[in-house]
Amino acid sequence: MKKRKKNNFLLSDNQMAEFVSKGYLIFENIIDNKTNKKFLSEIGHTSTSLNKKNTDQAWLAEHYNEIMKTSKIPLVKAGTPLKKAYKKNSALNDVINNPVLSGAIKSLVGDRPKLDHHFLHITFPSKYYHDANQKISQGNHNDCVIDPREKTFDIQLFYFPTAVEKNMGGTRYIPGSHFRMVNEFAIARYHNIRGQKHVVCPAGTIIIFHHNIWHGAGINNSKKIRYGFKIRLMPTQKQVKLWTNKTYKNNHDEEALYWNRGIEKNSIKEILQKTEPWFEADSGRLDILNRIRLWRHITNDKNFDAAYWLTRIENDYN
Amino acid sequence: MKKQDILILYLSNSSLESNVIGWARHYGDKKKIGMPGDNDSPPYEKGIEAIHDGWRLFQSSQLEQHPKGDEYRTGYLKYEFFFEKIK
Repeated sequence: MKKRKKNNFLLSDNQMAEFVSKGYLIFENIIDNKTNKKFLSEIGHTSTSLNKKNTDQAWLAEHYNEIMKTSKIPLVKAGTPLKKAYKKNSALNDVINNPVLSGAIKSLVGDRPKLDHHFLHITFPSKYYHDANQKISQGNHNDCVIDPREKTFDIQLFYFPTAVEKNMGGTRYIPGSHFRMVNEFAIARYHNIRGQKHVVCPAGTIIIFHHNIWHGAGINNSKKIRYGFKIRLMPTQKQVKLWTNKTYKNNHDEEALYWNRGIEKNSIKEILQKTEPWFEADSGRLDILNRIRLWRHITNDKNFDAAYWLTRIENDYN
Repeated sequence: MKKQDILILYLSNSSLESNVIGWARHYGDKKKIGMPGDNDSPPYEKGIEAIHDGWRLFQSSQLEQHPKGDEYRTGYLKYEFFFEKIK
């Protein structure tokens, strides 16, 4: 058997289960201030740029274009291996080689993922806009057309080089929405969903989202520019036991749905069965089934179950 | 001129008595805007409370059979109710 190169920062079983269950993992403040500053400098951010009392909307477009033109963010062809995407000594190379982040990437999409695309999101304070439609938050959507993949998933890294405060309109996202197969902005009608969250975080935070998570940008009501750099990564291998060498074996000591001992706290089974505040009574149960199916796949434990959800529908003796 | 306000509620099952899990507001008055993410708390706990508060239900989603082979796929919110108030 090929020996796995040791990486002390691979995700734990519980973190993997959290990702399967919620569709995201948050790593607060893992990128150091030096790298954050380097990134801001490389994209041409100037902290004084919004203090010019320049409220002309044309100036915003000019400033945006300037950032896009002069930034050192490279043009990377779709499908480029992540390892070859960023120049040595660049801030982005430092970011993706952060040990915590690279351990998480390896755990989720393996050690040779390809870059699908990357993009610098720049959200200016809303007061600079004159048009009413630019003072409206972005509708909920997912970042894909109908994606029929059931076991394979991409990840999207959201890197926040500056702190995102509450009034800066950080990305709104819906925990546990990643199994819902919808088509992009078809869900924009859903303005608010119970349990929705908004990104508020210190500088240097990375959030890893499942590619299908429902989300939308908020309005920036602060005086500061909000930046979010997104990197989408696709796996080039089966996403099975990428974070561990452990052999998973279900102990077949399956608790009943209403087990009188209760489910063990913080166990994989508990994490996979935690419902979201917005789950419908019926479809929410299907989401739990889908989580268990994905867990079976990534652990290669075909008999795994929680509270008999799948076992009870798998004895169709035809 | 009378104007229409719209309230869209998503409920946890097909009964109006069930819990609100999603919502949107739209106003006939141009000065008011309902927008994505504008409130983390639902306007009502249950769908029926909208009726008690004077909203008129004018559309709700149908119950549809699950297509064979696709029974376990989840997608859009299923229980959608449109209400209006004419002001």
